[in-house]
Amino acid sequence: MKILYFAWLRERLNKNEEDVVLPADVETVGDLIAWLAARDETAELAFANPRIIRAALDTDIVDHATPLGSARTVALFPPMTGG
Amino acid sequence: MVVRVQEESFDPGAEMNLFLREAAGAGAAVTFTGVVRSSPGDEVRSLTLECYRELAIAQIQKAVAEAEARFGLLKTTVIHRFGTLSPSEPIVQVMALAPHREAAFAGASFLMDYLKTDAPFWKQETTSSGTRWVEAKATDDAARQRWK
Repeated sequence: MKILYFAWLRERLNKNEEDVVLPADVETVGDLIAWLAARDETAELAFANPRIIRAALDTDIVDHATPLGSARTVALFPPMTGG
Repeated sequence: MVVRVQEESFDPGAEMNLFLREAAGAGAAVTFTGVVRSSPGDEVRSLTLECYRELAIAQIQKAVAEAEARFGLLKTTVIHRFGTLSPSEPIVQVMALAPHREAAFAGASFLMDYLKTDAPFWKQETTSSGTRWVEAKATDDAARQRWK
């Protein structure tokens, strides 16, 4: 599964994207964020406030309870500030 | 509907004239243009907008479809830029055409509230004291909530 990062989350992780192979028990967006955060100290700091992180599965913005399902791309990002 | 997410600048007046040329006898067209702010004491040197373009286009198209259905808009155009912009440059333009002004105002307002909180753009301001990510505002969330 491909993960894309944007804005300060991208900066804090120091990567735009990565491909990951997920363990079977990572089922939802929230599980994914928790799993990513637990990988190392940089990720732990970047995801220090996981509640504010927003997510999109392919071209749908979803909440943390949403199952990852068959999405090919997951995007993770801070609250949006467009307009 | 026309939805454009682009790096290049645009001419707000020319876009509005083009929009009005194909107005098909409708009674009301509302145009909102958002520009890069900068004021004495809070001087912005530049504003950089990061975006997830594919998602932005999909999200804005969904919002426009909702606005057209909900307010009976006859035609809608949304232009949103990304990249690095200077003060007074246009960032965004929303144009809504409707039979009467209430629907045109409401449609444009709905779309702007949507873009502030639900379109994947992130603003970064450069001022004399450095560069910082613009924080999401609770007032924008509240404005978005009133349409739900």
